Amino acid sequence: MNRTAIDVRGVARRFGEVHAVNGVDLAVHEGELFGLIGHNGAGKSTLFKMMLGLLAPDRGRLEVLGEPVDGARFRETRRSIAYLPENVVFYDNLSGLETLRFFAELKGADPRECKPLLAKLGLEAAARRPVRGYSKGMRQRLGFAQALLGRPRLLFLDEPTVGLDPEAIREFYQILAELKAQGVTMLLSSHNLAEIQERVDRLALMRLGRIQALGTVQSLREELRLPLRIEVSLRPESGERLRRALAPFADCDVRLDGARGVIVCERGRKMALLAALTALPDTVTDIRVREPSLEDVFLGYTEN
Amino acid sequence: MMDTRRLQFGQILAIARKEFRDRLRSRWVLAVTLVLTVFALVIAYFGAAQQGAVGFKGIELTIASLTSLVIYLVPLIALILGYDAVVGERERGSLDLLLSLPLTRLELLLGKYLGLAAALAFATVAGFGLVGVVLSYGIGLTGLLDYAGFILSTLLMGLAFLSLAMLLSVLTSSKVVASGAAIALWFLYVLIYDLMLVGILVVTEGQYVGGLFPILLLLNPADIFRILNIFSLEEVKSLYGLATVFPATLASPWLLGGAMLFWILAPLALAYARFRKLS
Repeated sequence: MNRTAIDVRGVARRFGEVHAVNGVDLAVHEGELFGLIGHNGAGKSTLFKMMLGLLAPDRGRLEVLGEPVDGARFRETRRSIAYLPENVVFYDNLSGLETLRFFAELKGADPRECKPLLAKLGLEAAARRPVRGYSKGMRQRLGFAQALLGRPRLLFLDEPTVGLDPEAIREFYQILAELKAQGVTMLLSSHNLAEIQERVDRLALMRLGRIQALGTVQSLREELRLPLRIEVSLRPESGERLRRALAPFADCDVRLDGARGVIVCERGRKMALLAALTALPDTVTDIRVREPSLEDVFLGYTEN
Repeated sequence: MMDTRRLQFGQILAIARKEFRDRLRSRWVLAVTLVLTVFALVIAYFGAAQQGAVGFKGIELTIASLTSLVIYLVPLIALILGYDAVVGERERGSLDLLLSLPLTRLELLLGKYLGLAAALAFATVAGFGLVGVVLSYGIGLTGLLDYAGFILSTLLMGLAFLSLAMLLSVLTSSKVVASGAAIALWFLYVLIYDLMLVGILVVTEGQYVGGLFPILLLLNPADIFRILNIFSLEEVKSLYGLATVFPATLASPWLLGGAMLFWILAPLALAYARFRKLS
């Protein structure tokens, strides 16, 4: 469990004047589901490409599954690695099954895996249709099927759920959970922070080519000491009563908006605040505690 | 940056098969075969119409007429076939995926070239071969051999321009640029190059380039193709002024074939040299 699947040390890569990746150290453990978060241009895709040996770093070194990515033996290692690039477009004139068989052949995977994989991803009925007629979601699922060929030990997934509907996203993470149970290591990049925050073991926040923060979602929340946010629903005309009741909480920010109130406060005040609010049944009809989302964590880091 | 010392032919074949199948499916092979068949038939039977005669007038004149058509058509077909081979994969995002597999850049490039070359060869041989079967009643063995030589030289020229197309495909960063470059290359080699040479020859009255002229002709695969076909046919050689500026000693089919081979291998080698450094 604690062996290192991806080992990145002091890696940097420049494109002209742009430092796409500017000194990154990162270790992803075997069996881990690891998230890589960042805006466009933060350096995620460049880092991915260097980890896959597609792009040489200007400095630093990268090892994947114990092999240097620029070494002669990395070709063999590639058989254990799978990659799903962002927005990949397959060959219009080939069917889904032919596409998968093509990749199976190149990977040295058993071609008999193809049909069950298509079925697993709900593409059974479309298996013999040309890919040109596939929807965006179907193409993405075909790409995922491609990544699962040959039972990889390590998966690189670049924005894998773009274009999928919520049902397909749920199924996608179900498959990731199965893979995780089998000990497969996965590196996942995403913009959709809400989607991955409950699902990754650890994550790294990238900004301007550097890793800004690294850890579990919980540890990142604590590290930032993000404020607590409580939303309440109010009875008509009861805004002033709420303000009076919260007078002792001078350190909290209370905002009223018709039948809705938002209280932003330091985390340590949580229990006292909840006690005060539940003592007001003639004023407050509902209370929602909003834990800071990954989005908040993200904004907290990028704004600081 | 990868180990390219050991080529795996299985990988090359996998890529080649996919390319060939892709072109079959898109009906590219069928369309080119039909175009070549129809053109060859029309030229065989109406090629002499300008001289006031209609009907098959012998294989040598047919080959001469076909040569002047094929010299425009086949380079264009080959360039269109190959210009997006690499840049197309790059644009659709599948290039990174392919290179993340146990596949070297050289294997990818060779597989692409072989698959496309097979599509081109199939269309050329089928298209002109069909007409050859139709003509075979009237022309005897020597004529058939001449015609086979014409098909082979057509194929070699096609492969040379396909190789140039692969080079463009590696050098350019988008399909639009690549297609523009392909058309520019076609204009240069098929239309402008000879005009330029003749222009220089006339302006300098043959003083400076006279001796260089045959070598300058070898620097254009379309010209090599023309010389290969014109010089092999006694009857038509005299019809073209070319014989007066191109020494017969250089007109050996082996030398010309070697020059063509250079035009097939050199652009491909350059393409690989560039491709292995690209990211």
